[in-house]
Amino acid sequence: MRKPTGFTWITLWTIFVYLFMFLPIGVVVLLSFNASQFGSFPMTGFSLQWFGELATNDAIIRAFQTSALLGILTAIISTTIGVLASLAMVRYDFPGKTTISTLLIAPILVPEVVLAVALLLFLQLMNVPKSFPLLLMGHVIFTLPFVVLVVQARLIGVRRDYEEAAMSLGASPIQTFFRVTLPLIMPAVMAGALFAFTISFDDITGTLFWKPGGVETVPTQIFAMLRNSISPEINALGTVMIVLTVGLPLLGLAVMRQVSARQGAQAGAPA
Amino acid sequence: MASIEQAERRAPWILLSPALTAVGLLLLVPLVFVLVYSFWLRSAVGGIDATFSFNNWAEVLGDRFYRDILLQTIKIALITTVVCALAGYPAAYFIARVKGVNRGFLLLLLMLPFWVSYIIRTMSWINILGVSGAVNSLLQAMGIVTDPIQMLYNETTVVLGLVHYLLPFMILNIYVSLDGIDTTLEDAAHSLGATRWQAFTEVTLPLSMPGLGAGALLCFVLGAGTYITPIILGGPRDAMFANLVFDAIITQLDWPLGAALSLALLVVLGTVVVVYNRFAGLGQLAKGLG
Repeated sequence: MRKPTGFTWITLWTIFVYLFMFLPIGVVVLLSFNASQFGSFPMTGFSLQWFGELATNDAIIRAFQTSALLGILTAIISTTIGVLASLAMVRYDFPGKTTISTLLIAPILVPEVVLAVALLLFLQLMNVPKSFPLLLMGHVIFTLPFVVLVVQARLIGVRRDYEEAAMSLGASPIQTFFRVTLPLIMPAVMAGALFAFTISFDDITGTLFWKPGGVETVPTQIFAMLRNSISPEINALGTVMIVLTVGLPLLGLAVMRQVSARQGAQAGAPA
Repeated sequence: MASIEQAERRAPWILLSPALTAVGLLLLVPLVFVLVYSFWLRSAVGGIDATFSFNNWAEVLGDRFYRDILLQTIKIALITTVVCALAGYPAAYFIARVKGVNRGFLLLLLMLPFWVSYIIRTMSWINILGVSGAVNSLLQAMGIVTDPIQMLYNETTVVLGLVHYLLPFMILNIYVSLDGIDTTLEDAAHSLGATRWQAFTEVTLPLSMPGLGAGALLCFVLGAGTYITPIILGGPRDAMFANLVFDAIITQLDWPLGAALSLALLVVLGTVVVVYNRFAGLGQLAKGLG
């Protein structure tokens, strides 16, 4: 059967939509290699000088350190809390489950600005100043729903038989969790942690409310630099961010594929 | 046996306690305090005067300035949502109809923008539309204009930036819905005499409404809550409601007013979420995210 011509238009439109999504990002990467003094067209030649400038810019190095530390701590805390909650949601039935489920995703139902204001005002009232711990608490609370959703989706596919077998052979619940459950759900845990890290690393809305004066994360640093004008340095910083936030998850995905393929092969082999 | 059953019953609550404590202490209790704050006053020295007063609410609800910006915010979010739906639907349809490796590749590409920082995606338009951006250099090189045109910093570029940010959410949600529809249904309608277009509007479109609705909710709520896009891509007159919140809290340090403003935003957007939940249920949202 011949495809209707309408489909040709849909194909062309889809190509346009993808170009719309990616062309501007591509231009950021392209311009970061521009030799020109100004962060703009025309391209006058290929140069790595803007990356060199980044590496010697103390403010940017500090912003990277802050973002990395914040992202890693957020990922650890949010994933730990989120995995425990997801286990409860997927493995148990209990009264009030629907309400709990809504509560767990409540932080993304509340607009981030409102969440930012609420947390800031409340913690100031409790005499917690704008500080790194405040930033960390903020990032944990709004990454938590994403971790819960991702981990829950993966947990549904993990069978319970192995845990029951371990328990019936005399393992304690704690032993079972660390020896059986955790290794089985590791891909879900890693996916959740990666997600939390990326969201935290990218966040600007809440961060601008919570950050103490003088402390910048990479996004707030870019934001502050944009106040002047767009420079090749911003494009270079953008390129580094893209490589980190796109490259790391892709790498993680590839590694996870490898690991689960190998585990699958082992599990499939006769004992 | 009784003790094992008891342990089984307690287990989920033990597992949930850290998450529920976090949501309670870092979200629910603070929201209650925002409500309390909104009835307090700012003292002359810039601190807080804990006396009960309706002043902030009178200002937020009575002042035309706030009402105009609220309407402007809703308008921008609505336009963004409609553009995302119209632009995103055909693309989602295409992805749902391609087979095999291509579909996986298109879906992976669709996920990539989520990982590229929002601020970078927003500022990338300065490279395209700015006075020394791609479009102006092209127009100048072709001799169409001699002096660069200022295309940025207006309402249209704010909408453009928001569409660029939110389109992947829309496409993904519509795709999830379309993917669950049996394609033979459309063929069946076609073989029974419906035109391709009729088969689409009578069968596929209604069945994909849950995804369209979830995408629209996300676009509207995220679009209406933003304050970064108007700062970067808008002019001085393009402030949105969240910009007012930011100015009150961070610039003017008038926290009681900021509290009232953010609650007003929460009520407006919360109403949209509650209405959506009544008709569609929040479960649909989880499908698009998971």
